[in-house]
Amino acid sequence: MIEVKNLSKKFGQVPVLQDINAVFAKGRVNQVIGKSGSGKSVLCKCIVGLHVPEEGVVLYDGRSFHTLEKEEKREVRQEIGMLFQSSALFDSLSVLENVLFPLRMFATMAESEMLDRAQLCLKRVNIEGKDKLFPSEISGGMQKRVGIARAIAMNPQYLFVDEPNSGLDPQTSIVIDNLINEITVEYGMTTIMITHDMNSVMEAGDNILFIHEGKAWWQGTRQELLVSDNPELNAFIFASGLMRKVREAMGKG
Amino acid sequence: MNLLFHIGHYFQLLGEVFSKPERFSLYWKRTVEEIDLLGVKSLGIVALLSVFMGAVITIQTKTNIESVWIPAYVVGFTTRQSTILEFSPTIISLILAGKVGSNIAAEIGSMRVKEQIDALDIMGVNSAGYLILPKIAAAVIINPFLIIISMFLSIFGGWLVGTSTGIISSSAYIQGVQWDFEPFTIIYALTKTIVFAIIITTVSAYQGYYTQGGTREVGISSTKAVVYSDVVILIANYLLTQLLLI
Repeated sequence: MIEVKNLSKKFGQVPVLQDINAVFAKGRVNQVIGKSGSGKSVLCKCIVGLHVPEEGVVLYDGRSFHTLEKEEKREVRQEIGMLFQSSALFDSLSVLENVLFPLRMFATMAESEMLDRAQLCLKRVNIEGKDKLFPSEISGGMQKRVGIARAIAMNPQYLFVDEPNSGLDPQTSIVIDNLINEITVEYGMTTIMITHDMNSVMEAGDNILFIHEGKAWWQGTRQELLVSDNPELNAFIFASGLMRKVREAMGKG
Repeated sequence: MNLLFHIGHYFQLLGEVFSKPERFSLYWKRTVEEIDLLGVKSLGIVALLSVFMGAVITIQTKTNIESVWIPAYVVGFTTRQSTILEFSPTIISLILAGKVGSNIAAEIGSMRVKEQIDALDIMGVNSAGYLILPKIAAAVIINPFLIIISMFLSIFGGWLVGTSTGIISSSAYIQGVQWDFEPFTIIYALTKTIVFAIIITTVSAYQGYYTQGGTREVGISSTKAVVYSDVVILIANYLLTQLLLI
């Protein structure tokens, strides 16, 4: 479980996040949604420690991340997997080497075991026979899947997924969403997904946090989201024609 | 204030770079790759420049000291001294700052804007150490070899042009090259080379590591890497010469 308490972040004098409180449950896909520029990616970077917040704490199963010593932070980070919006695969390494990278850096197992583990992760995300290809030689969807394989290579406790569907077609997006859902349950991870894709919310969201103007505006489940009376939340969710039809079908129109 | 901020930030980065590697074997593997990329692949340009540099020094020396009072072998002597003391270690390092420095800044800068450095940090990898330390080690190992090769080729270039154009006889040139040789000049040149190698890699890596923005900013970092490396090399060159030769 990850808890965020009273978290605030400024860039210069501009407040980006204000007094955020949230709980992200274990074994579930927790989603952070909001408009572009609302502060959801900054929140994610504060939670993983890429940004240091001015105020507040982030607790990883009770461990206050930002107050940990350097070595302790490193240990927590080895329990974290992250899929970036751009996949962030290393260009100079092949698909297999990308997945092997965290294992070679930290795992204390024989090279053959590392290879087996990397192959297993690649197989889990349905990538086979692409071991020797480089990231530039595979499609965007495949890059995301390799990114997931790399993220789960070290058997993480926490998975962060930043806009996994950006640049993907709807069909591939569903495949990625389902994969994240399945892996979260399978590995018992605390997953936090940053998204503004409503298909993804309907597909994968168990626990949803809506960020608006840098504030935690609303938190609830997928079902609660559809019947909420919160005007800012409704303006965001029902911006698309498809979602308005869903609302009409539910008799809320 | 801005300069002080960057100096402080630079040394802070060096602190990260020289912290204990997570897995020594991976760092060593990267060092070997970097030796090939930064060193072996620079051999062609170093060789070409060195031969022409030696040739020009020989012609310039000959045309400027033409006098019955000055023996012919002085041309060989001057070519050797100029090459060993200044041209090979300093000029070749400035050229390497252009070639290698821009490469380092562009590579690390691209990794920054493509979130690959964030990916390393989140994994718990010391990204500064993993990306920069092998480059420093590679340059410190390979640059002295490049400079020694440059010295030989520059002196050879001088001999080739001097003898083939008839401005000096082969024996007089070789006599000059051997005359009054002081081995300390090689130590001085290699000391400078190692310091310049550290400057090129760290200043360029600093520019790349703190790149913010997109591809345009990567280009700007690359340019800054070359300019600042050159400036710092020239300042260090003066300080080392003052310290070691006077």
